[in-house]
Amino acid sequence: MSPVRKKRLYTLMLILSAVGLAAFLLLQAFSENMMFYFSTSEVQQGKAPPGRDFRLGGLVVNGTVQRDPNSLKVRFDLTDGAAKVTVEYRGILPDLFREGQGIIANGRLNAEGIFVAHEVLAKHDENYMPPEVAHSLKQAENNAIKTQQATP
Amino acid sequence: MTEKRTMSPLLKWFYRLGAPVWFYPFAGRLLPWLGALFLLLLLPGLYLGLWHAPADYQQGDSFRIMYVHVPAAWLSMFVYFAMAVSAVVALVWRLRMAEIMILSSAPIGAGFALIALVTGALWGKPMWGAWWVWDARLTSELILLFIYLGIIALYNAIEDRRSAGRAMSLLTLVGVVNLPIIHYSVVWWNTLHQGATVSKFDTPSIHIDMLIPLLLMAAAFKVFYGWTLLLKMRANLLEQDLHNGWVKERIYASKTAPKNSTGRVADKGHQYD
Repeated sequence: MSPVRKKRLYTLMLILSAVGLAAFLLLQAFSENMMFYFSTSEVQQGKAPPGRDFRLGGLVVNGTVQRDPNSLKVRFDLTDGAAKVTVEYRGILPDLFREGQGIIANGRLNAEGIFVAHEVLAKHDENYMPPEVAHSLKQAENNAIKTQQATP
Repeated sequence: MTEKRTMSPLLKWFYRLGAPVWFYPFAGRLLPWLGALFLLLLLPGLYLGLWHAPADYQQGDSFRIMYVHVPAAWLSMFVYFAMAVSAVVALVWRLRMAEIMILSSAPIGAGFALIALVTGALWGKPMWGAWWVWDARLTSELILLFIYLGIIALYNAIEDRRSAGRAMSLLTLVGVVNLPIIHYSVVWWNTLHQGATVSKFDTPSIHIDMLIPLLLMAAAFKVFYGWTLLLKMRANLLEQDLHNGWVKERIYASKTAPKNSTGRVADKGHQYD
């Protein structure tokens, strides 16, 4: 490579690393705001902003979904495995909403610590498989738990 | 300099690619093969994806939009990466063909980004419950679309072709910082968009019958990019070099030379310009 071209290449590399560094610092500074949702543990630790809307993410706890028979009101608990937060919502739930599913609710905490949501989004995972495979996976998991309990 | 006499075959080929008079017919010979290969990958990909693949355990048949959404999103990033490599070549070697490549790729990449965003919205409404959310993945992909449009606009805003090409190459190179942000957005931040399925280090978390059509479609999209890129590069070369020797030679050499209303070969008036 001729010296002129080498110099051009070094200049480009310098520009690119400077832009990269700038982008990195910018994202570092904004990283709190780039988070799409708070986890239930963060809410319990008081990290969520009080008195203003934020998004809450977690798994719907099995057996906690209560639907009001006379309206669209629904109540359920969300968990991230460590902390639980009760969510209240009035409206139509997305197709993927079910117990054990990851969801993201948008709303705010009321005085009793209940999260009143005005929007519920379902988050799906990156796994794709036919229902039969999912079924047999679940069975294998149950069997594993049973054998674990059987051998103390 | 003795450098030129002992040129390696690879370097010679590289310099040949940069010469329109050699590139134009070379690309022309490649075109039908790429078109055929595209159909050969697309048709089985569509059949396997839309009919043969089993429905998903959670999303049912809705997940099938993945076969358009995911390849389009991958390609929107791949095209940009190819453009960035080309931008380095354009800026360091001052190769005009590299600028033509960026100029021709930008609308194709913008198209892929738009398809990814639109199909993503169509997928998001039934599954997530929202057409659009401002999470890191969706936002950074939208920024990619804007960068593509910015590159096209910048080139067309500057009158002089050489400086337009240089400015466009520099913008392309700077915009490349967005690519890792798009890819890692689902890792670095909490997002509504799920994480990577195929490009994980462990085995992909997708059933093999669903994976094969996805890979076929991704390969088809990639060949489609190559095909449309060559078409667009040939068109851009002709447009820019309309009054250059090699285009005129091609016109006069062909028996079906375009005639104007007086029956003369079009453009002959410029012969002595």
